[in-house]
Amino acid sequence: MAPEEICKLLTTEFTDAIVKTVVEGAHPYVQVSPDRWPDVARFLCDDSRLGMNLLRSISALDLLSDDRLACVYDLMRIVVDRPDVLITETHEFAIRVETDRNEPVIPSVADVWPAADWHEREAYDLMGIRFTDHPDLRRILCPDDWEGYPLRKDYEFPLEYHGIPATTEYELPNPRH
Amino acid sequence: MSWIENRFEEGLIVTSLDWAINWGRSSSIWPMTFGLACCAIEMMAVGASRFDIDRFGAGAFRASPRQSDLMIVAGTVTYKMASRLKRLYNQMAEPKYVMAMGACTIGGGPYFKHGYHVVKGVDLVVPVDIYIPGCPPRPEALLEGLMRLQDKIRHQTRAKTVMTKAKEVALS
Amino acid sequence: MTMADTVLESAPDLLVDTDRVEQGDLRTEEMLVNMGPQHPSTHGVLRVVLRTDGEMVLEAIPHIGYLHRCAEKIGESLAPYQYIPYTDRMDYLAGMNNNQAFAIAVERLCGLEVPARAQAIRVVFAEFNRIASHLVSLGTYGLDMGAFTPFLYCFREREMILDLFEAACGARLTYSYITVGGIHEDLPAGWVERCLEFLDYFEPKIDDYNNLLSFNHIFVKRTAGVGVVSVDEAIAYGLTGPPLRGSGIRWDLRKVLPYDGYEMYDFDVPIARSGGTDEIPHGVVVGDCWSRYYVRVLEMTQSVRIMRQALANLPDGDTEAKKIKNLKLPDDEVYVGIENPRGQLGFYVRGDGSTIPSRVKARGPSFCNLSITTPLCRNVMLADVPAIIGSIDVVMGEVDR
Repeated sequence: MAPEEICKLLTTEFTDAIVKTVVEGAHPYVQVSPDRWPDVARFLCDDSRLGMNLLRSISALDLLSDDRLACVYDLMRIVVDRPDVLITETHEFAIRVETDRNEPVIPSVADVWPAADWHEREAYDLMGIRFTDHPDLRRILCPDDWEGYPLRKDYEFPLEYHGIPATTEYELPNPRH
Repeated sequence: MSWIENRFEEGLIVTSLDWAINWGRSSSIWPMTFGLACCAIEMMAVGASRFDIDRFGAGAFRASPRQSDLMIVAGTVTYKMASRLKRLYNQMAEPKYVMAMGACTIGGGPYFKHGYHVVKGVDLVVPVDIYIPGCPPRPEALLEGLMRLQDKIRHQTRAKTVMTKAKEVALS
Repeated sequence: MTMADTVLESAPDLLVDTDRVEQGDLRTEEMLVNMGPQHPSTHGVLRVVLRTDGEMVLEAIPHIGYLHRCAEKIGESLAPYQYIPYTDRMDYLAGMNNNQAFAIAVERLCGLEVPARAQAIRVVFAEFNRIASHLVSLGTYGLDMGAFTPFLYCFREREMILDLFEAACGARLTYSYITVGGIHEDLPAGWVERCLEFLDYFEPKIDDYNNLLSFNHIFVKRTAGVGVVSVDEAIAYGLTGPPLRGSGIRWDLRKVLPYDGYEMYDFDVPIARSGGTDEIPHGVVVGDCWSRYYVRVLEMTQSVRIMRQALANLPDGDTEAKKIKNLKLPDDEVYVGIENPRGQLGFYVRGDGSTIPSRVKARGPSFCNLSITTPLCRNVMLADVPAIIGSIDVVMGEVDR
């Protein structure tokens, strides 16, 4: 299915949920409002025409100038009903969900694609987006007591962590031993 | 050898004893498998067929810190890992040595500037004996580092020595 | 139906499996066991917390992030050509493939045309690195299963590959050879001949590995029928690469969405088959650890095939695109996935009109493949946990980035 057809199908099925469609360019996507996102996700995964069963990646974006945060979900289809046959056809598509930067909340889609579990935890860890109804939302890469969300554009680097000095200047304090 | 250390002045007996003990220690350094990142692959290559670290008596890679003499910190140390590294170092039996392999362990390396989660040098966490530069160091460099460590061990003595402040803190 | 029941149903002759289900009076108190982050069979700094009941593992929860090196933050602070060396260090066993993925992402974003010669050389090195990476995977998996000899054999051949890499780009592990717009430098004189010589030497060695490890009775007993992943489960958890093909799906991005001229080469996509026929040992189930392992062995032969074709028809011409000085990234975004030795490596790159991207996101195949650990290590024996984790073949640098 071409990106235009996917866009058209989504706009006819979910007229109220689609905020923006971008078909031109290297990365066609549809922007979905956060409250309808789980329904759209379920449709994308289960519909026989779309069948986007592989969640490739969730990229969290910091749109500092708009005071927004966004998640880009890259999806793909793997045809599974023909085992042993080399698969050469697929279609890929992306969904974008934007949320407020100060109160970032997006519904979780971990029940649609279990792969989303770790991706959402990563987005929470590095960008601070809270995913509602996530089975186990806690930091995944940084330690549990880490402060701040490192991938935000206004993140300030720590100067000390548990007694270990940290700096990005070229003069380090003397080692303690 | 703690019962004899720092009890005598330097002399013939102590010197010969030193030679024998240091020979033994330097020829059977057991490293700990402490591969963290890219450098660990080069450390594995050193243990494998072509470079064969066994030629220097240091091929017995131990998984337990209790059995090892040398901790080759091979790879980037992060803040999340630092406390674990410290704990493993504390579990090693004396005499123990630390080798900082690669740019990341020496001073943060390529992750110095933008690496918010990278420790800027493992010597901020544990005392280091040998630094091996490179990103990652070639296996030959690691072998060279091992030989320099053997040199260092050969010059140790059990006679009274002036304790450096660093050593004092590390031992206490 | 639990995983163990599935195993029993599909491989009833595996007698050891009765222990896994009937525990009887062996039930003891539950205990939490911490495996890692410093553990020889976790392939780096992975920590797995195991909830055990005697020798049974009821649940395994992986904890990652011990090698989180801020690669994505660095990506939005440096220009693309400066970021190439950091992609090396993500999946440090397959630096070439990572360079290639990021380079292709930036090229698609900026609309750069890569010269045909550079594309062919990229394919040669990507496949060569796939072989080198699979050799490490084979060797270390053997180590996990208690076989030391295959490790030495695999590393012997790997060193020869690294010699050829070194001749081309001067590095053993972190190459930065494939860059934005092409490759860093043309091949040195005589390289193609040396490479073909090596391939002639290497191809029969694959049979050696099979004799040493793949069909070794002990190895088969430890890996066959262990850690079975069904197709639906594999796709749901986003598994790609050998783990997905080990579950019996002929899916390869080199065929599905060809890049760098992969559509010109003739090669197969090997998948797992069930045991008892076609030289596959008895007891092997599609989707088990042995299948995932064996797909890698088969892939090495295919990589050799691709390399031979590419080397035979190396086009002449430039190796670098013309317009890469002061490359300005347009205000657009792109997501590109390529087939890395471990699966689908994706880069999401977003430009904002300046020379520095405003966001770089790497989708590491190991990260997604590892997320299946919890459902896979449910109700297995403790000794099977290294077998399962080893068969996924994770590189922690890419999991944590």
